[in-house]
Amino acid sequence: MTLTDSECKFVRNELGRDPNSLEYGMLDIMFSEHCSYKSSRPILKLFPTEGPRVILGPGDDAGIVELTDELALVIGMESHNHPSAIEPYGGAGTGIGGIIRDIISMGAIPVALLDSLRFGPLEDQRSRYIFEYVVKGISDYGNRVGIPTVGGEVEFDDNFKFNPLVNVVCAGIVKKKDIVRGIAPDVGDIFVLMGGRTGRDGIHGVTFASEELTTESELEDRPAVQIGDPFTKKMVLEATLEALEKVHVVGLKDLGGGGLTCCVSEMAGKGGNGAEVELTKIPLREGEMTPYEIMLSESQERMVFVVKPEDVAALLDIFEKYELPAAVIGKVTDTGNLVIKKDGEVISELKTDTLSDPPIIEREAKKPEIREKYIHLDEINPQDALLKLLSSPNIASKKWVYRQYDHEVQIRTIVKPGDDAAVLKIDDKKAFTLTSDCNSTFTKLDPYHGGAGAVAEAIRNVVSMGSEPLCIVDCLNFGNPEKPEVFWQFKECVKGMSDVAKKFETPVISGNVSFYNETEGVTVNPSPVVAVAGLMDIKDIRTLDFKNKGDKIILIGKTYPELDGSSYHKEIHGVIQGTPPQVNMESEFESANAVLDLIRHDKDKAITAVHDCSSGGLAVALAEMAIAGGIGGVIDTSKIPAENESISDTELLFSESNARFILTVKKEHLEEILSKINVPAAVIGTVEGEKITVNGDLIDVDLDELKGSYKGVIEKYMA
Amino acid sequence: MKIGVIRFPGSNCDRDVYHALELAGGDPEYVWWNQKYLSDFDAIVIPGGFSYGDYLRAGAIASITPVIDGIKEVVKEEKPVLGICNGAQILAEVGLVPGVFTNNKNAKFICKRVELKVTSTRTPFTSMYKKGEIIQMPIAHAEGRYYTKEIDKIRDQDQIVLKFEGENPNGSIEAITGVCDESGLVCAVMPHPERASESVLGSNDGLKFFEGIINFK
Repeated sequence: MTLTDSECKFVRNELGRDPNSLEYGMLDIMFSEHCSYKSSRPILKLFPTEGPRVILGPGDDAGIVELTDELALVIGMESHNHPSAIEPYGGAGTGIGGIIRDIISMGAIPVALLDSLRFGPLEDQRSRYIFEYVVKGISDYGNRVGIPTVGGEVEFDDNFKFNPLVNVVCAGIVKKKDIVRGIAPDVGDIFVLMGGRTGRDGIHGVTFASEELTTESELEDRPAVQIGDPFTKKMVLEATLEALEKVHVVGLKDLGGGGLTCCVSEMAGKGGNGAEVELTKIPLREGEMTPYEIMLSESQERMVFVVKPEDVAALLDIFEKYELPAAVIGKVTDTGNLVIKKDGEVISELKTDTLSDPPIIEREAKKPEIREKYIHLDEINPQDALLKLLSSPNIASKKWVYRQYDHEVQIRTIVKPGDDAAVLKIDDKKAFTLTSDCNSTFTKLDPYHGGAGAVAEAIRNVVSMGSEPLCIVDCLNFGNPEKPEVFWQFKECVKGMSDVAKKFETPVISGNVSFYNETEGVTVNPSPVVAVAGLMDIKDIRTLDFKNKGDKIILIGKTYPELDGSSYHKEIHGVIQGTPPQVNMESEFESANAVLDLIRHDKDKAITAVHDCSSGGLAVALAEMAIAGGIGGVIDTSKIPAENESISDTELLFSESNARFILTVKKEHLEEILSKINVPAAVIGTVEGEKITVNGDLIDVDLDELKGSYKGVIEKYMA
Repeated sequence: MKIGVIRFPGSNCDRDVYHALELAGGDPEYVWWNQKYLSDFDAIVIPGGFSYGDYLRAGAIASITPVIDGIKEVVKEEKPVLGICNGAQILAEVGLVPGVFTNNKNAKFICKRVELKVTSTRTPFTSMYKKGEIIQMPIAHAEGRYYTKEIDKIRDQDQIVLKFEGENPNGSIEAITGVCDESGLVCAVMPHPERASESVLGSNDGLKFFEGIINFK
């Protein structure tokens, strides 16, 4: 029983009676935070959601933006945190499955996946187990369905030990004229349920996702984790694509959280209509399921089609070809009620509005007090610091992870995992980019700048590839929103994200909120995972690896003494404290525009590499460029643009100040390029040799040693 | 040149192979698993993926479908048949090429670009390469470790078509990752030539596999 007293009262008022047990169960899942966004909805209104390219903003299964005159990008994001904490393999797999269905249900072919993953430290055996099986779950599912996993991120930190975060982005491509939506606008149309059979798995999946976990959860809540079947999913995908091509499909929606209850009530509700569902028609996996179980089941791989009565036979023929169970389960009515019948007898009758639009809860927000004292930290030798940072699992190469993902299927992936963002081919001229980013440490220290920084970093990443940011989707992972401190974090974070999104006029077109990421008093660091898609000409693609000896290295953007919250503090000193890097909207916007402008007008291909500065600061960014290119560099920190003369070399090298990009430029074009840059920028060094050398001997380290630190780190733990 | 591209439930490289065959100048057509008569085609490609989810064992269920009878006829008619990745596993499972493709030595899925040596040019698919040529193509599989008891025989009969050059990522015997039947017309390769058919994607070294089919007389 999770409905609150005031919600029970609201329901009684609406119905004029007490709900029966089936109705109570249906209301219970629809009123869960997961389905209703009852806490977050008022705050999410801050996001800019419109723009000239937006075809569909938040509110449906996924958002849609225009790519070309003919094509559109469909993109969505989802979390599967609680299921992955309990059963990592199945939890992660069904997370992928859910978001793939969301993309298919807009009529699109899914073309790319990204995963943002957060786990406990690799030293911890259980965290290694969860990490290994989440990655395996993603690999087995995504690879089988034939959708390339092209990017993402992985973070390891103590606070995710009991509550790992598994966030998945899926992008699809659809012809604009073929877009379908999750609606049932015409009375008399038929609901056809297709795909996997309905079983007892996943019952109360959404309500368990809307509560804190406990140590008993692993045993008690396993039945709430759905069981995925990538093979059936692949058939559902192919059959859906064929149905969309051959039959007039009026509406289409997948069954995810909240199962049939959520799907049918939302489809009918959107058109102000009602619906009638006959339970005995539903293909079941196990006998003698109760109406309650059938309506609440979250069994995977199911879709509901809305079609005209005369098209039903043709539709069923297609599903027969793919040997998928399918049945007519009901029809669209004009009553405004969702009526459930069993053998013709009405067993539940609720307004679709009541189900799909529960009352909002005004949560209290309170800024937490910071009690810890600020500790003074001694600087250590920068070369030791660089090597240590490169070998920390958070910065080290993630090859162990992405090797297990098929990132090439569908032959679109131009820039593969390991760069700032993936680049995927649209046609012979155009490509789109995808990245997902989050700094949970910054967000913990300052949710406004953490949220703003996540959007800024994701935008920098797509800009670094040479693309213009097109849209944002997000997954906001927080603790229990009933706690005022958590709700304050959430509010501040969304404000920060919105401010950057508005500055860049980049709309937030879809997203997901995951609250209750707490286990027995441990709350996860607030983690606003931001995915950005960009659009570009294939000829403009830039990658991060150093290309030619003699190229000049330019740093765009100012460096500030901003070590608080940095990887340097965290990985070297084990300290998280103070004020994290601030986001200055103006400089962020100007730096990004400067880089895009340079690349777009770079007829001579004078700009040979681009990389943004983020985790680990300038030093790590340069090392990544050198390792990827197999060429070293010589750097002079005195040239680095900085506001403050007294800034130390350690701060110049390891501060994680925003709004910064590194470019390499062919030396014969240097003056011309510099003359075009109208933001703080300077030549800080040259690409050369087999070493990274900073200020003579401040850092002087062979590429082989850098590689040795950066590569094989995760492999050592997972062997 | 009409080329049949076989589709099983769970195939996922079918569209990619179709695209590569078009790039090579061929005329591809999809063939559903229940079709038995394939003799109208001039050549057959079985693309990669996870036919029947790879449940039981990669290729095991696909190997007993009606389309396999059609493929056996095509082989009798001495037309080229190429199996890529899951297609290679199916050809081995059916016994149209010697040996098996089994679990990688590290028991994990591996997706990466590899260097390969073309060790035989007598198949239509490798006829446009030079013997010993080093090419780049991606691999993406969990069950790609080649093994055969008849290693001496296939070596003597020039049935080894592709070998990993340098690293042997999945632990295949003698780094073999492509083999053909005794005639040289039926060929099974684990790497994906269709993923290396456009230079914008990093390599077009694989396109000659498909051009070789078109050039086959």
